Amino acid sequence: MTTSLADPPIPHPAPGAPAAGRRRRSRAGRTMRGGKLAYALLVVAVLVSAFPFYWTIVAASRSNAELAQVPPALLPGRNLIRNVEAVMAEADIGKALLNSFIVSGSITLGTVLCCTLAGFAFAKLRFRGRGALLAVTVGTMMIPPQLGVIPLFMLIAELQWAGRLQAVILPGLVSAFGVFFMRQYLVQSLPDELIEAARVDGASSGRIFWSIVVPVARPGMAVLGLLTFMASWNDFFWPIVALTSSEPTVQVALRQLGGGYVNDQSVIMAGTLLGTLPVLLVFGLLGRQIVGGIMQGAVKG
Amino acid sequence: MTLASSAKPTAPPRPPRPPRASGPPRPSAPRRAWRTLSPYAYLAPFFTLFAAFGLFPLVYTAFVSLYRVELQTPGDMQWRGLGNYTALLGDEFFWTSLRNTFTIGVLSTVPQLLMALGLAHLLNYRLRGRTFFRTAMLLPYATSVAAATLVFAQLFGRDFGLVNYVLGLVGIGPVDWQNGTVASQIAVSSIVVWRWTGYNALIYLAGMQSIPHELYEAAEMDGASKWRQFLHVTLPGLRPTIVFTVVVSTIGATQLFGEPLLFEGSVSGGISHQYQTLGLYLYEQGWGFFHLGRAAAIAWVMFLMIVLLVGANALIARRRTRKEAGR
Repeated sequence: MTTSLADPPIPHPAPGAPAAGRRRRSRAGRTMRGGKLAYALLVVAVLVSAFPFYWTIVAASRSNAELAQVPPALLPGRNLIRNVEAVMAEADIGKALLNSFIVSGSITLGTVLCCTLAGFAFAKLRFRGRGALLAVTVGTMMIPPQLGVIPLFMLIAELQWAGRLQAVILPGLVSAFGVFFMRQYLVQSLPDELIEAARVDGASSGRIFWSIVVPVARPGMAVLGLLTFMASWNDFFWPIVALTSSEPTVQVALRQLGGGYVNDQSVIMAGTLLGTLPVLLVFGLLGRQIVGGIMQGAVKG
Repeated sequence: MTLASSAKPTAPPRPPRPPRASGPPRPSAPRRAWRTLSPYAYLAPFFTLFAAFGLFPLVYTAFVSLYRVELQTPGDMQWRGLGNYTALLGDEFFWTSLRNTFTIGVLSTVPQLLMALGLAHLLNYRLRGRTFFRTAMLLPYATSVAAATLVFAQLFGRDFGLVNYVLGLVGIGPVDWQNGTVASQIAVSSIVVWRWTGYNALIYLAGMQSIPHELYEAAEMDGASKWRQFLHVTLPGLRPTIVFTVVVSTIGATQLFGEPLLFEGSVSGGISHQYQTLGLYLYEQGWGFFHLGRAAAIAWVMFLMIVLLVGANALIARRRTRKEAGR
């Protein structure tokens, strides 16, 4: 739905749809108190959501033989360290983690910067071709990235980037969604008068951006950054195509583990655990902001 | 619906004032020129990348699909006309993957959205710890396709998998989740359902919260039951959101790739291709058999499917709206 391969799969409001945001909602007394049944069902849903994570820990801390027992073990065992060491020996997970940090970190910083710059121009500046450029950007959000993968691969092969990290980073910086997100954010939260006042005071364009736009845009940039980080950390298709096993990201390394190189289920689960931990950590710390960001991006009636 | 709108109105921080120049500011000529050009300078970083890595590949795919291009020699292109497309039509595995994409798409999208609707309704109640519930619901969204699939593949193991063990307790099975056609498709779909249900629930919840409360009050005064309120107030109010999630999930289902690839680790999607999707078929043709031109043709078929599905969706949505307006 977006042009970037690492775009957060968040819905974006249809262009031209009415902005319902400022509408006041009568919240008080609106929602009914949940009964016992509601809680019970929600608890079940939470357990279903969380169980695979729990199971990863159980399986990663057992031996392969223990996993093959009937009835299966339901509590964590004592083999975690050994399994993690086995993963390290089998696939270079340490390097994969480092690569993933480099890739996701660069993509996040670059995307947030590029999208804030472009979003600001679309939100607050007048120039020729504004409507057309914005329409092209928004229009490509509906086109799935897989459509462009083959020429993109030919391009990086031509540049001799195949197997190198920039092959994943540079295409990852393209986020039509991000531009649109920042545009919407700045249309709402940056008053025109603020820019005008700075202009009158003789501030340069660059100065206006750094001293006025960026401080106002910061909350939006943070949400975009979080979503971009998670999406690029978890991106699968393009890294598999563009990278080799000698320079993997975590997802590429997980594919090697699961692709028959290793037959030890507990070792595979240990690798899965390692690959998931960083993004779970981010989620644990900032989950509330992520939830808010997604709900803000939703199409409302 | 705007991205920033429902956020607390962030008070714009006071701009640090630059030292005031003496006299009225009159921009000099170069300065005025810069003012007309500077918007393009803001756009330049994004649009340079966008043109090279976003737009160009999209357009060029159509071109590549008309050529014979091999993975080892991507610079060497030979004209093939529609040959890549006719070759697809004659390949039984193309039809298998097309059918699988459809069935797995239905198996994953329909329960996912129905359950999300129910969960959103529950989350819309006044609850203790609602932040906790919302965040926990979104937890699966934070995992990668790769990690989720490896865990589910383990859970769905035929001999020692937990799912078969539990089914065995109630006297069912063991089910061969890897080799059975229906069983394997259900297993692959369940990964998608698990990862995306909570996410869609939050989208629906956001939509529900923007339905004006007066509508419910009016319905209640007319003596409508909770269920009728859900049918006649909540669902119509959510229609744009529902159409939207259906479109996004459909696009996602058409591109399904990681789940069928990692469920067992082969590019063929099972021994008899029983859960190979179009996305995986594209990968197999391009990076398994080195036929990049053929893969580009598959990409175009996927694109056409999406256009058709999204178009059909829009049509149905518009019809229903018109019907409603006519009432």
